[in-house]
Amino acid sequence: MTVESTAARKPRRSSGKRTGTRKTPAAGQPELVQLLTPEGERVEHPDYLIDLTSDELRGLYRDMVLTRRFDGEATALQRQGELGLWASLLGQEAAQIGSGRALRDDDYVFPTYREHGVAWCRGVDPTNLLGMFRGVNHGGWDPNSNNFHLYTIVIGSQTLHGVGYAMGVAKDGADSAVIAYFGDGASSQGDVAEAFTFSAVYNAPIVFFCQNNQWAISEPTEKQTRVPLYQRAQGYGFPGVRVDGNDVLACLAVTRAALERARSGQGPMLVEAFTYRMGAHTTSDDPTRYRAEDERVEWEAKDPIQRLRTYLEKEGFADASFFAELEKESDALAKRVREAVRAMPDPEPMAMFEHIYADGHALVDEERARFAAYQASFADAEGN
Amino acid sequence: MAIEKLSLAKAVNEALRSTMEADPKVLVMGEDVGKLGGVFRVTDGLQKDFGEDRVIDTPLAESGIIGTAIGLALRGYRPVAEIQFDGFVFPAYDQIVTQLAKMHARALGKVKLPVVIRIPYGGGIGAVEHHSESPEALFAHVAGLKVVSPSNASDAYWMMRQAVESDDPVIYFEPKRRYWDKAEVDTAAIPGPLHAARVAREGTDLTLAAYGPMVKVCLEAAAAAAEEGKSLEVVDLRSMSPIDFDTVQRSVEKTRRLVVVHEAPVFLGTGAEIAARITERCFYHLEAPVLRVGGMHAPYPPARLEDEYLPGLDRVLDSVDRALAY
Repeated sequence: MTVESTAARKPRRSSGKRTGTRKTPAAGQPELVQLLTPEGERVEHPDYLIDLTSDELRGLYRDMVLTRRFDGEATALQRQGELGLWASLLGQEAAQIGSGRALRDDDYVFPTYREHGVAWCRGVDPTNLLGMFRGVNHGGWDPNSNNFHLYTIVIGSQTLHGVGYAMGVAKDGADSAVIAYFGDGASSQGDVAEAFTFSAVYNAPIVFFCQNNQWAISEPTEKQTRVPLYQRAQGYGFPGVRVDGNDVLACLAVTRAALERARSGQGPMLVEAFTYRMGAHTTSDDPTRYRAEDERVEWEAKDPIQRLRTYLEKEGFADASFFAELEKESDALAKRVREAVRAMPDPEPMAMFEHIYADGHALVDEERARFAAYQASFADAEGN
Repeated sequence: MAIEKLSLAKAVNEALRSTMEADPKVLVMGEDVGKLGGVFRVTDGLQKDFGEDRVIDTPLAESGIIGTAIGLALRGYRPVAEIQFDGFVFPAYDQIVTQLAKMHARALGKVKLPVVIRIPYGGGIGAVEHHSESPEALFAHVAGLKVVSPSNASDAYWMMRQAVESDDPVIYFEPKRRYWDKAEVDTAAIPGPLHAARVAREGTDLTLAAYGPMVKVCLEAAAAAAEEGKSLEVVDLRSMSPIDFDTVQRSVEKTRRLVVVHEAPVFLGTGAEIAARITERCFYHLEAPVLRVGGMHAPYPPARLEDEYLPGLDRVLDSVDRALAY
C-alpha cells in the first residue's frame, strides 16, 4: 500500500479482468502488493496492474530457475573449496528478477553483493560474479557494459552512488532511471538516510529497492526498525510501498511503476520487497544459532518459483516439455559455471600494482619495481 | 592580464572558474558554496555565473556529498566537492576510503573517479574545536588517493586546475590561514607537474621540508638563520601523496641535514615517512638524524593555546640548531 498516492496509479482497464479477490492483510501487518498468491492464484491490485503474455511469464520463470540453479552451483563450489565465500540469494529470486526485468537497457543498477538475479537480467555473465568470491579480483567487470555497477560490500554505500548517478542523469536531460538495491540491515546505515535526503532534495530519478529478507546476518528486522521500512519514505517526502517480494509479478509491476515515476520527473520512490533469506547470510554463517527452523518452513510455502509454476501449469501456459528443456538448460548453465570457475587462474603477483591510479603514482612505481626485482631474485636459484 | 596579484582564496576561485568554463562536466558542490560563496568565499560568484545546476548547495551531510560526487563521476562528471572544515571530513571518511579510493582498482581500471575534495585545513585563525586540524596523513596513507596542498596563490591556482584535470581522486588541502596572502599568479604560465616538489629557497647547510601553511614559516626561519650566518634550503613539498622524494634527496645530498615541518601531529605523520625514506636513500650523506617539528600527540588545543601548539619560527630554529649541532 502506498504511503502517498503514486503517480503510477493507472485506471483499471477492465474490472471484469479480475481473476481473484484481494486478500485481507493479517492483523497488524501492513498490506503487501500481491498479484500472485503463494498458492499460485492470480489476484489484482487497484494500483498495480500487469498483463503479461505467456511467453513473458515463462521468461520470468526461466530467469528465476536459472538464477537459483546458478546460485546453488556457487554454493556447491564454495563447499568444494573453489570459492572462498558465497552470498546466496536463495528465496529472493522473485524480488530480483521482478525488479531486474522492469529495467530498460539505459537504466543503471547499483547492487549490493547479493544481486545475482539482477545481474542475470542485465546480461552480466554469471561467471563474472564469481571472481571476487574466488579471490581473484574485487569485481572487475566493466560497470558500463551492462549498466550494472560493481558489487558493493560496505552496506548502504552504493545508495549514495546511485543518487549521484541519478543526479547526473537528470543534469543530462536523459529519461533513464537508476535503481539502488539494499537490505533491511543497510536501512540502518547513515548513508541510506543521506541517500534518501539527497534524492528527495534534488528530485533524483532513482528507485530504492530494499529487499527485506528479515535477517541481517543474525539480527531480525526488529533490531533495525520500529516501523515497516517502506514507511520511512514518508519522512523524506517520497512514496514507499511494500510488495510481496516472493511474487515476481508484483515486484515487476511495482518496480515498473516506480521507474516510470522516476523517468517522468517525479523523483524517488522506495520499494520494500518483503521476502526471506532461505539460506545462510553467506557460506560462513550458521543460521541454526539464531533462528527457528519452522520460520524457514513457513516461508518455504511461499516459494517464488513454485507459485509461478503452479500458475503456469494451471493456466496451461507451460507444458511438460518446457520444464524438461529448462531443466536441461539449468544443468548446462551449472556445468559452464563449474568449468569456468575451475579454470579461473590466480592473478599474477604483479597484478596488485595495477589500476591503483589512472594517472600513475611515483610510490606505486617504486614499490612495483622493487617487488619485481625481489621476485626476479629467485629466478636464478630456481633455475628459471 | 596573464599576471595578476591574487589572494590564495581568489586563486582557487579563478582556477575553478577557469576549469568550469573549459569543461561543462566540472561541478562544484558542498555546504554553502552557492549563494554564500563558501564560508571562506572561495566559491564566491560561481553559482551566479554557472547556475545552481553546476554549483550545488548540498544538504549538510558529508558522506552524502562524497557519495553523490562518486555517483556523478561515474556518470561522467568531474565534481569538486568542498568539505567545509578539516574536522568535518570524518563522516565522509568511509566513502573516501572504502569507495572513492578503491573503485578504479575494483573495476580493474574500467571506471575513473575524477573527484576533487577541497578541504580548508590547519590552524592559526583562532577557531573553535574541529576547525584547525591537519588530517592529511590519514588520507596519504590510503592507496588510490592523491593528496596535495599549495603554499601560495600561484600554486593554488595551478594545482587546482591540475587536480580537476586529473583522472584520479585528489584531496586538495587549502591552508586556511594563508587564504588572504597575495601573490602574483601567471595564468598563462606552463605549470610543472602536480606532484613535484619545489625548492622555494636555496641553501647549503640544512634542508627544511614543509608544505601548505608551514612553507611561509620555514622561509621566515631561513631568513632569520641567514642573519646568523646559516644557509637553509627550503623545499615546498606541495604533494603528500605521492611525495617527490627525489627533490628532497637531491637537496639533502647537498645540505646533509633535514628537518621536516608540518602542523599535523608528528607521530606517524608525513615527517615520519620522509625521515624513514630519506634516511634510507641518503644514509651516507647525513650528518644528523632527520628531525621533525610539528603538532603534539594531543587534541588540537583551544585557540588561546594554538600559538604554542603550532610550529613557529623559534621551534623550527630550535630543531635547526639541534640538527646543526651533530
